[in-house]
Amino acid sequence: MTIALYSIAGGLLLLSIIFDIEKTKKALKSSLRTLKNLLSPLVSIMILTGFIITLLSAETINSILGSQSGILGIIIGILLGSVAMIPSFVAYPLAASLLDYGAGYAQVAAFICSLMIVVFATLPLEIKYFGKKATILRAILCIIVSFTFALIVGAVM
Amino acid sequence: MKKKSFLRRNLFLIIMLLALIVVFFIDQTIVTGVITKTKSNFLTAATLLPPILILAGLLDAWIPKEVMIKYMGKDSGLKGFFFAFILGAVAAGPLYLAYPIAAMLIKKKARYSYVVFFLGVWSGLKLPILIYEYKFFDIKFTIVHFITVFILFLITSLIIEKLLTKKDLEIIEETSYSMIEDK
Repeated sequence: MTIALYSIAGGLLLLSIIFDIEKTKKALKSSLRTLKNLLSPLVSIMILTGFIITLLSAETINSILGSQSGILGIIIGILLGSVAMIPSFVAYPLAASLLDYGAGYAQVAAFICSLMIVVFATLPLEIKYFGKKATILRAILCIIVSFTFALIVGAVM
Repeated sequence: MKKKSFLRRNLFLIIMLLALIVVFFIDQTIVTGVITKTKSNFLTAATLLPPILILAGLLDAWIPKEVMIKYMGKDSGLKGFFFAFILGAVAAGPLYLAYPIAAMLIKKKARYSYVVFFLGVWSGLKLPILIYEYKFFDIKFTIVHFITVFILFLITSLIIEKLLTKKDLEIIEETSYSMIEDK
């Protein structure tokens, strides 16, 4: 995917250089401005993510989610997912092993879903971009989405 | 634009650095673990950020408001959701890397509900994730996941639009501008 991203960006950049060098300069200036504004919040989020990953080990998640069931398990799954900032390629094997440990599909679905779409650690940055109301609204709606998804998974799987 | 003091602009970062120092005195091993994870997060972002920033910059310089309004503006209807979906689905990287692109869409006057949909698709439905998920769970789960979350995100985008007033939308435009332009 990274290769695709680089190819697309590189290709478009090349086209841009060929067609209009002035516009390209504008584009790159814009990119640098965005980068400059992003640097501080980005580093802070990474440190925060580092903290969360370090303190929330796989064993902890396993022990809490593994034996829960029902709505409570779903809620716990959502809460854990929202603070656990682990990359998807780590989360999926974890989720698969949770299922082996006996966690329900609904609870695991809640965890995975909120892991991806409800991210407490990035809220400060999102607030910087879109303001408090928009961010909080979106976060609440994403929690509801995770919850609904979990319920549907529980019913269907 | 108000010029905030250095402290205010970097408050979060300063708090995180202070936290690192404090935890260092409590338990050194935690800090070493955190720094290692931070470095790997940084590596991931550093790898993905250049193309994303270049795309955002190209978007800024090349796509005039008129084109954006035609495809993702207020009256684009289903088309807008379609393009928002494409943008989000072909994405790579964590959610916070979507913000610059989302801000750019807003700057070019894309309708906000499309932007919300874009953010949702980026975080929950992007192609690499779906493929990966299919490998770990069965096809039934992936299909249920896709259809359910897709529909829920559509509903979410429409609800959010209903709940935001004109003033709110102006604030959103203002804040995203400030992240793109010089502070």
